[in-house]
Amino acid sequence: MGKKGNALHYHLMLAPGMLFIIIFGIIPLFGIAIAFQDFIPVKGISGSKWVGFDNFVYMFQLDDSKRILFNTLYISILKMIMQVIVPVGTALLLHELMFNRMKRWFQTIIYLPHFLSWVILAGILTDMLSAQGIVNKLVKGVFGESVFFLGSNFWFPIVVVLSDVWKEFGFNAIIFLAALTAINPSLYEAAEIDGAGRLRKMWSVTLPGILPTIVLITTLNIGQVLNAGFDQIYNLYNPLVYQSGDIIDTYVYRIGLVQYQFGLATAVGSMKSLVGFVLIFISYRLAAKYANYRIF
Amino acid sequence: MLPSVKRRIRTTDVLLLLLMIVITLLCLLPLVYIVSLSLSGKSAAAAGQVTLFPVDFTFYSYKYMLSDHRFFDAFGVSVKRVLIGGAINFVLTILMAFPLAKERSEFKSRNLYIWIIVFTMMFNGGLIPWYMVIKNLQLTDTIWALTLPTAVPIFNVILLMNFFRNLPKEISEAATVDGAGPWRMLLRISVPLALPAIATVTLFSVVNHWNAFFDGMILMNKQSNIPLQTYIQQLVVQPVVSSTTRAEDLINFSQRTFNAAKIVVTMLPILVIYPFLQKYFVSGITLGSVKE
Repeated sequence: MGKKGNALHYHLMLAPGMLFIIIFGIIPLFGIAIAFQDFIPVKGISGSKWVGFDNFVYMFQLDDSKRILFNTLYISILKMIMQVIVPVGTALLLHELMFNRMKRWFQTIIYLPHFLSWVILAGILTDMLSAQGIVNKLVKGVFGESVFFLGSNFWFPIVVVLSDVWKEFGFNAIIFLAALTAINPSLYEAAEIDGAGRLRKMWSVTLPGILPTIVLITTLNIGQVLNAGFDQIYNLYNPLVYQSGDIIDTYVYRIGLVQYQFGLATAVGSMKSLVGFVLIFISYRLAAKYANYRIF
Repeated sequence: MLPSVKRRIRTTDVLLLLLMIVITLLCLLPLVYIVSLSLSGKSAAAAGQVTLFPVDFTFYSYKYMLSDHRFFDAFGVSVKRVLIGGAINFVLTILMAFPLAKERSEFKSRNLYIWIIVFTMMFNGGLIPWYMVIKNLQLTDTIWALTLPTAVPIFNVILLMNFFRNLPKEISEAATVDGAGPWRMLLRISVPLALPAIATVTLFSVVNHWNAFFDGMILMNKQSNIPLQTYIQQLVVQPVVSSTTRAEDLINFSQRTFNAAKIVVTMLPILVIYPFLQKYFVSGITLGSVKE
């Protein structure tokens, strides 16, 4: 029934999008060559000197490397843990709530910060955490002196993780809420007949019910472990906290587009991309195997 | 909701409610604070007296903002970007998601396309090669630098594709029997049925365009070409009192309240469209992303 003809139309529909994917997704892959060069922009890729693995060797020798890798993993793993615990807790709380109309309101409000940019939120946070800000007013009232949150290597990662949780927990709770509504109500009835109280039901029915979703989300997050959040950190940090806040992405931006060390920046960037690719591949495989998850 | 019919409201229920109110307020208070700050007088802001309500209520910051042409230039760039970029995203997302939702038996090359798309989503050349491609195409300092590299929002394509796949097969079979071709099927059947999902992905892409600051920062060199978020970002990261500031204004406002006003105006569009679209995205995202 003209299936061949249909395929032609499908190719046509995909053509414009594929064109952009090739230009902005595939062609930059060839630019990875820069990582093996002492790249000078005016000479281009064909004119610059090839240096083999020098950039990579230099990258591993840099003192910064360990610190940056540590910061990236530290911040992103903390975020990962918090971004499961807090949304699950919120979803459970909403699930247990009796007042339906209020529930709708709560949901609308807690999803909202997700849609605001880190530029906006960093603007708000920077003000709130400044010496005259509302947070320091509280801190001063309780402890007697204000804290320089965004200038302290101790506080900076904490601010990063907490503000990330604040922005995303409501939105991340959506998936868990969906999983909660899919739990078979007869399980609760059965538990009630067996004399289970509220906590018992939560522990023995609700939590096991969303466990597969928790495992799935955690597995998928493993693939993102090298993305500690460029937008957020770039907008919050300053030279005082490079020690604790510099992550791979902010580092690549600084050495590449600010200090013009294109070769080194590309080496670091492509390394990150490669490791990230392998991690995503593994995590998707695991998700497909253990949670029967497929995105396509 | 638990299945029990009418339960009595107990103390635990009230406690849970209170807890949820606290959590919700925590989400809202920083936004309320910045609005209050923008509406407060200079000395009150400088002294840190503003908490939840404006102190020495004044619209001065907003009035002053009207005279800042840089803010309006940036606002204009962002609006243009959302309209053009959003439209491109809208068309391409639908055009790509529809054929990719077909079974392999119906569209043989589907898996090859999927493979390429997912590969580019997971693996890329990194910042520098990406930047150089855009520079070599001479897109920098044009609106196309902000709209073409993100022309295909791959995550949205996958969301919509999964939504299309969940539509009942019978409908498309019936339409085929009635002689509908692929384009007719797309425009007359799939798109109308997928409106909630399309609303969701459109919201996502519009929000992404409105919120993006990084590409504006590295791809736009002229100050008049930068989008709003990049402009705000400059205020936050490198706050400088502009040379055009008049002495008389310095008496009446502080940089702090002025920046607060700009932040409020920048988040306003999101706050305005969000309530209308948010009812869609819950069903849209859960249907599209988690398939078990």
